[in-house]
Order: sequence, then C-alpha cells, then structure tokens
Amino acid sequence: MYALRQWSVRHARGLNSFYKGFESTLVALHPVLRRIGYRRLERPVAALERGVKGMLFDCRMCGQCILSSTGMSCPMNCPKNLRNGPCGGVRSNGHCEVRPEMKCVWVQAVGGAARIPGGLKALSQVQVAVDRRLQGKSSWLRAVRARTGESP
Amino acid sequence: MKFEDEPVPGYPLPILPGHTSPGRLERVLRAGEFAVTTELDPPDSADPEDVYRRARVFDGCVDAINATDGSGANCHMSSLAVCALLTRVGYAPVMQISCRDKNRIAIQGDILGGAAMGVCNLLCLTGDGVQAGDHPQALPVFDLDCMTLLETARTLRDEHHFLSGRKITYAPRVLLGAAENPFTEPVQWRAQRLAKKVAAGAQFIQTQWCYDVPLLRSFMRQVEDLGLLDKVFILIGVGPLRSAKSAEWIRTHVPGVHIPDAVVKRLAGAADPAAEGRQLCIDIIQEIRTLKGVHGVHVMAFRQEHTVAEIIQRSGVLNGRVPWYPGRDPQPNLNRIAS
Repeated sequence: MYALRQWSVRHARGLNSFYKGFESTLVALHPVLRRIGYRRLERPVAALERGVKGMLFDCRMCGQCILSSTGMSCPMNCPKNLRNGPCGGVRSNGHCEVRPEMKCVWVQAVGGAARIPGGLKALSQVQVAVDRRLQGKSSWLRAVRARTGESP
Repeated sequence: MKFEDEPVPGYPLPILPGHTSPGRLERVLRAGEFAVTTELDPPDSADPEDVYRRARVFDGCVDAINATDGSGANCHMSSLAVCALLTRVGYAPVMQISCRDKNRIAIQGDILGGAAMGVCNLLCLTGDGVQAGDHPQALPVFDLDCMTLLETARTLRDEHHFLSGRKITYAPRVLLGAAENPFTEPVQWRAQRLAKKVAAGAQFIQTQWCYDVPLLRSFMRQVEDLGLLDKVFILIGVGPLRSAKSAEWIRTHVPGVHIPDAVVKRLAGAADPAAEGRQLCIDIIQEIRTLKGVHGVHVMAFRQEHTVAEIIQRSGVLNGRVPWYPGRDPQPNLNRIAS
C-alpha cells in the first residue's frame, strides 16, 4: 500500500533495527529451523514474508531483499527495477518518470537511508544483478542460511 | 591531431600502454585534449546511406559519434547496426546499450559483436521507460540496470568471461561509459551515484543537457570532494534550443531535463531565437570548458545536427585540432594493412 510504504521510509531507522533483531532471532533459531527443514519452511515463511513486507513496503518478493541498503524503500517498485540508484528521468518534483503519480523510489531511498546509521554508505554499494530464479522465494530464510553457512 | 600510427580506415589503432581500447576517443581523452562527441539520430530506414549521410554532417568537428539505442523508447535502426556501418569506414562510434529491450544474454552477445566490428566505446544506460515512446504496449525488460550493465561489460573485458563464468577467448577491448544527470532529483546524491558508476567500471561520463552552469559547478565540486576527478573523464551534455516555446515544451515533457527560467526568457527576448539558442550553447560550452574535471562536451542537437559544426567551430574548443573523418588524411599509410 502506497501510504504505508511512505510511512515505512519515514520510519526506516526503527524498521531497520527491528529487522536486525528479527534476523538475529532467526539465526538463533537455526538449529530448530534446520530440524524442521528449510525446504518445508519455504512456502509458509515466504507466504508470511509476502504478507508482512507486501503491506509495509509493497514488496515484490524478488527473493534477494536489499531494503536495509536502500533506506527501506523497495527498489523493485521502480518501474525500471533499478537497484543501484535513480535513473536520469526523475521529475523536478521528485516523482517517477514512468508513473508520475508516484514518488521516485530512489528519492525516497536517499531520504530513508539518511535516517539509518550507515545507511548512506550502504546505499553507495554496487548491487549485483538480480537472480530472477529467486523470485517468490523467502529472503528471510535465505539470509539465515547465508549467515549460518547452511547450503542455500 | 594526427596519430603517428594512424591506421587505414576500418582498421583498429594499436592499443597504447595504459589504454583499454584501440579507440580514437580514448586517445584524445588520455592525451588531455578537450573531446567533442555527438549523437547520430538513427534512421527509420534500412538504407546504409542514411547513416553515412547523417554521420558526414559531423565531419571534422567530433571525436566520436553516439549511436543511440532506441532513445526515447522509439524504434529506429539498432545501435549495433549503426555502429557496424560507422566502423566500416573508420568513424569512432560510442555504442549505446539500453537495458530496456534486452536481457543479459542478448546484451553480452551485442558487446562481443560490437567489439568484433570495431566498436571501442560503450555507453551503458538504463534506458527510457516504454511509456515514453511509440510502442507503449511493449514489454519493458530491465533485466540489468545501468550499474550491473557496466559491471557486466567490465567482467567481459577484464576477466574474460561471461556472467555465467564461461570463458571468452578474445575479450572486447572497450572504453566504458555511463550517463549522469546532475540536474535532477535527488540532486544531493547525484555525485555519489557517479562514484558508484565509477566503482562499477565507468571510465567516461556523458551528462544530460546542461543549461544550469551553477548547478553543474556544485555537482563538480562534490565530484572532486569524492576524489573522482582523476578516475573518470566527464563530458558535459550541451545542445542548442530552437526557441522559447521548444525549451518550454522540452522542460515540461522530457523528464530529467532542467532548463532554468532565465534561459527561456533569454530565448523569448531574442529577435532570432534559433541563433540565440546556438549562442547560448556556445556560451555554456565556453563556461564549462574551464571547470576542473570537465574533459569535453557531448553535443546533442536533435533534429539540428547541421548546427553542431558551427557551434563547435565558434566555441573554439578544438583549438585548431581537426578530429579524424573519412578522407581527412589523403595518403593513408598502407603499411598498416600488413600489420
């Protein structure tokens, strides 16, 4: 939802801290998660993730979430799927070239990143090309597996 | 400027130490000359002569010619094909690649193909949205973005493999370029974005049209503060405006183009607005050539291509230098064919 998405960017700092705590909890739960089986968890967790992040960020479930590096503004909402900064067509009022009624996702991202400690530094990291195979998969579980060394 | 190792047109120059391409543009930039590039309006036709006719207009006043890739999301002859025609007679094209129409498989193939045909410069772009052009019903691809496209091209060139890891036997020797728009939102983050592009592999930058020199000045200061001035060649986009009315139309209809009110007023008050537009362009060129870190201009004179030669000559930026064009040197060094 567009209005909630704006709210999330304004509260980027709190949401980022919350997510960090949440991810650490999941990492702590890794033995349990592994017991249940990541493959078995994939569908329900992805559904939950879609619900929560869909509401807060208009998440598109790219499966390789970088919200913490983009000021809590989901780059997949950019009509050009830009994950590395705004295009050159941003309107003078800061709105999108393709969808003039929408604020540029990246103008938002710069604002959100400024609210997160170290957010602007994260914003300047070059993000790799999207792996389209991960579309619809859970980023949460992927992050936990990456941090615990569990095979993806 | 005449290179001692000038090849027969259509043959590559030797790659000098520290250079990444056998191209004229890199030679001119690294020699510290003020470079001039321009844009060829690709024909809506399959006649090669249409391309050559449009290129000849720039003879003797530009170092490289950009071949646009469906700019404005309008359909024209492809940039790859325009480049193939141009390199055949020795012109130095900048092959524009947009992420809008092709996925990473097609793009990597085009980079190899372009380099094989003598393309020495790539300009990696995101591309306009399809809604802007004459085929709004088309599928926008955007598999890569300009940044990952730069990284992809650099991987092909420097690591000699595709994104998949599969080896390339002969890497594309190209100079990598990107676009930047210092004049639009988020203005305060634009220099940072340039830094990102340099980190992703950009060696030269061509900017959007500049009509606001103070804004460019502050952008260049930020670029300097980020320590980028010796890492990238920056060419500033310029172009003549035809009238106050067309300036007004461009700034309201072309996203990302910033034209200050003072410019519109100056054109509105002129007896001959088109001549005033050219003069304005010359004034801007002369002002920005003195800025630290500016290595040249990229003249975008859409549908006014015939004015480019006059603008460049009157601006004096070439300093008496005559950029190469087919037929400039009547006696080609035939020995180079053998080598």
